[in-house]
Amino acid sequence: MKYLSLLTLVPLVGALTVAFVPRSKPELAKRLALIWSIVVLAVGVGAWVAYKPNGPRLQLLESYTWIPQWGAKFSFAVDGIALVMIALIVLLVPLVILASWHDAEKSKRSVPAYFALLLALEGTMIGTFTSADVLLFYLFFEVMLVPMYFIIGSFGTDVPAKQRQYAAVKFFLYSLVGGLLMLAAVIGMWVYGGHTFDWQTLTNVEFTTTVQRWLFLGFFVAFAIKAPFFPFHTWLPDAGGAAPAGAAALLVGVMDKVGTFGILRYCLPLFPEASRWFAPWAIGLSLVGIIYAALVAIGQKDLKRLVSYTSIAHFGFIGVGIFAFTYQAGSGAVLYMVNHGLATGLLFLVVGMFVARRGSTLVTDFGGAGKLLPVLAGVFFIAGMASLALPGLAPFVSEFLVLIGTFTVNKPVAVIATVGIILAAAYVLWMIQRTTQGNTNPVLHDLAPMKRDLSLREGIVVAPLIVLLIVLGFYPKPVLDVINPAVEYTLSDVVTPERADPAPATPTVEAGK
Amino acid sequence: MGEDFVLELPKLDYAALAPMLILFGAACLGVLIEAFVPRAARNAVQLVLGLLALIGALVAVVLRAPHVTDANAQTAARALSIDQAGLFLQGSILVLAIVSLLLFGERTLENGGPFVAQAAITVGSELDRNQAAKQPGATEVYPLALFAVGGMMLFVTANDLLVMFVALEVFSLPLYLLCALARRKRLLSQEAALKYFLLGAYASAFFLFGLALVYGYAGAVDFRSIHASINNSPNDIILLIAGLAMLSIGLLFKAAAAPFHVWTPDVYQGAPTPITAFMAACTKVAAFGALARVLYVGFDGLGWEFTPVLGVIAVLTMLIGAILAVTQTDLKRLLAYSSIANAGYLLVGVLGGGKEGLSSMLFYLVAYGFLVIAAFAMLTLVRDADGEATHLARWAGLGKRSPLFAGVFTFLLLAFAGIPLTSGFVAKFAVFGAGIAGNQTWLVLFGVLSSIILAFPYLRVVVMMWLSEPGETTPSVSIPGALTSTALMIGVLVTLVLGVWPTPLIDLTTNVSNFIR
Repeated sequence: MKYLSLLTLVPLVGALTVAFVPRSKPELAKRLALIWSIVVLAVGVGAWVAYKPNGPRLQLLESYTWIPQWGAKFSFAVDGIALVMIALIVLLVPLVILASWHDAEKSKRSVPAYFALLLALEGTMIGTFTSADVLLFYLFFEVMLVPMYFIIGSFGTDVPAKQRQYAAVKFFLYSLVGGLLMLAAVIGMWVYGGHTFDWQTLTNVEFTTTVQRWLFLGFFVAFAIKAPFFPFHTWLPDAGGAAPAGAAALLVGVMDKVGTFGILRYCLPLFPEASRWFAPWAIGLSLVGIIYAALVAIGQKDLKRLVSYTSIAHFGFIGVGIFAFTYQAGSGAVLYMVNHGLATGLLFLVVGMFVARRGSTLVTDFGGAGKLLPVLAGVFFIAGMASLALPGLAPFVSEFLVLIGTFTVNKPVAVIATVGIILAAAYVLWMIQRTTQGNTNPVLHDLAPMKRDLSLREGIVVAPLIVLLIVLGFYPKPVLDVINPAVEYTLSDVVTPERADPAPATPTVEAGK
Repeated sequence: MGEDFVLELPKLDYAALAPMLILFGAACLGVLIEAFVPRAARNAVQLVLGLLALIGALVAVVLRAPHVTDANAQTAARALSIDQAGLFLQGSILVLAIVSLLLFGERTLENGGPFVAQAAITVGSELDRNQAAKQPGATEVYPLALFAVGGMMLFVTANDLLVMFVALEVFSLPLYLLCALARRKRLLSQEAALKYFLLGAYASAFFLFGLALVYGYAGAVDFRSIHASINNSPNDIILLIAGLAMLSIGLLFKAAAAPFHVWTPDVYQGAPTPITAFMAACTKVAAFGALARVLYVGFDGLGWEFTPVLGVIAVLTMLIGAILAVTQTDLKRLLAYSSIANAGYLLVGVLGGGKEGLSSMLFYLVAYGFLVIAAFAMLTLVRDADGEATHLARWAGLGKRSPLFAGVFTFLLLAFAGIPLTSGFVAKFAVFGAGIAGNQTWLVLFGVLSSIILAFPYLRVVVMMWLSEPGETTPSVSIPGALTSTALMIGVLVTLVLGVWPTPLIDLTTNVSNFIR
């Protein structure tokens, strides 16, 4: 089975078919989009089953000619890191489509267009994870912006038109700046790397120190903007605040992970020396991000912006985990990428459900909403707890791995990062308290939607995420088994001998067995 | 030279000259048609003749291509070098001219077509208003365009500075005239023509002066002798360098590179939009084709010592084009500044040098030509009672009224911005790759910077069309006639195909990127 090309193509084909549904038949478009996303989920499950956790580094390889003169191919392959991210996407998209069922109607724009854009976004995001050719990756990395831009600009009805235009343009320009810097680096790598884009070939190329550092910088800045790391983060709260909740869940839950994934797939293996050289800076930025974003999150009045800021803090943890260069921290960082997608995805979706009922995103417009909507408030509480990494829920495992992995090599960094956990408790608990606890805001009683608790559709959206958060909180092994070998491969070039430590719970089976 | 010097007629290779002969012949025939065919039938007859001539010339070029060898490429006493690269340039000019000519012929968008009947009538007079409203446009545009195309084809194959100068004049003069023929906004159009003519005359003078200096150094005007004379001439090398500088000014003027770009926005705005499309696509090919030949063939022996100077010009061109594009509120001017910036990207490819630089330039010219023709064709569709509505604010909310139109234009803008899956990306990649390979990384960095800046104005148009609410003054989008539709479809399709599957064209440009000295 050609799982990877199918995974990339099916959503794009689906987007095309949904786009051609006439505007007058929104229900048909929604159902069609949902069916397509479930088909993609099925292919994703197939890919997961076909993948051998202890097999070679890159698996499910496919390759087709594209531009032979440039050494560019349509080649697809995944390692464990890419595989778990793809699993996250194919799981989240059907849920987001279900959760966004009525979102597009508010915008008075074409409903089929919205769902077509969601599917196009899914296809391009999967493409960034499946490509094994640097030019192909770059292609998806850039094209991914286009559907997201239109989703934010056209369908973000929670904010005034001017603000969402601003957010959409800011999002596009920030990403494009990063993208073009990366283009320069991609071209440079191509010229100095022997006119090939094949990722595996390029890992064997020895770049000189200067070249390596410049190329690293080109890639890293693009990924740091995408992730985003402090100080490149300012577009995210605007975009996350303006996007419809479902799209915001994808934006923060998955699209931003392309940044951290890019660092793991491209920066570290291709430019190991430069990675070591820049690591202290990257860790510094991550630490600032953890503390700064958490403090700003505490002060946010807008729920969606608040959740966006919490994400920036979480990306700081992922950054520390990657650049600590220990297997434990690395596995923790990758696991964090998955768990954060689940937790923040859930949080965004639940916030979207609150906002849809209340018609406002301001924290102060809620207050005591839990008495009116007990079940939804309960889900909100679970999502919040996951976000602050409560033991027993999945993010705790990953945060813990990052911290102990970092502690073994760099105690001060680990200690400072720990402060972030305390701050996380502050912003999450305050957010929950101010919206769902305390005296009920009298206005809420007059709003009919505020009396409708979690509907069946919404229940179907949140249930799988909650189950996964709990299951992975107690038993992360299935995911770690896939992640660990990939992380070992990825870090093998940058980990110095004295830092080598056993990866957590990795069964030692020889490759290819 | 003895007194019994016999002037021998040079041997002409008619197979090699056929494309140009066909065009010049058809152009003369077009002039006769103006005199003898009844007015009502002229547009159709001229359009068909023009298309047939261009297609005939293209066929001649294609038939000639497989038979070109190093030995038979040069003809007319080495004054012309119709080599592989030259044939590719000629072919590109012809193909782009065919697509532009379709826009010339469009009569359904506006009563009488995009051209004025008599350009000499005083603007604003009763007669002028009458002719703007009722009379069919001048059909002299077809022979003029054919002369221009013929001149461009001669220009890119000239192997001799004098022939090059003659070709420059042959294709420039019709263009000056064509610019003055817009049906609407007559004053702007006349201003554009006059500006283009005056500045163009200066540029030609520079070229001629440079030619004289080079002759003073080398004692000859053909590229082979110039090449041979470098470092072998008893004369001061300053002559050669100053001569090259002045030749470059003349060529860079046509290519719209800063600081010789100031005519571009005015001329692009004032000229009838089909002419603008024609100039933006074909003149670019001609100017860069000739520039590359001068640098690669004539002055290669200087060891590319001129690279830093031209590099500064490339950086200026990219930055000025991009920064000034940000401030534009008129779409034609915006595209004009974007075309200036694109001239800068092309220069990066040229300065990359070698086979890679040349082939990337050829690829870029073709990709950009189709893209820019499609973009200007789109501009002809958005119109109100006063003609085309090119002010940016007027485009607010077009996406809601005409989603298909706005979708296609968005695609073209993304191509201009160099987003992957469009020809714009592949082309940019090619020239920047050639730049880095030629050790001109600094140019590439400025190119990236300029691309970042330039993305903003494109994005603003997208925002205008999709995210703004339609205003009262938002015009409707006209349904294009068959000719404009065809031109648009070709432009958009080529932009897409070259973005997804550029292999055949890359193959071709790599194979032909070889000038014969």
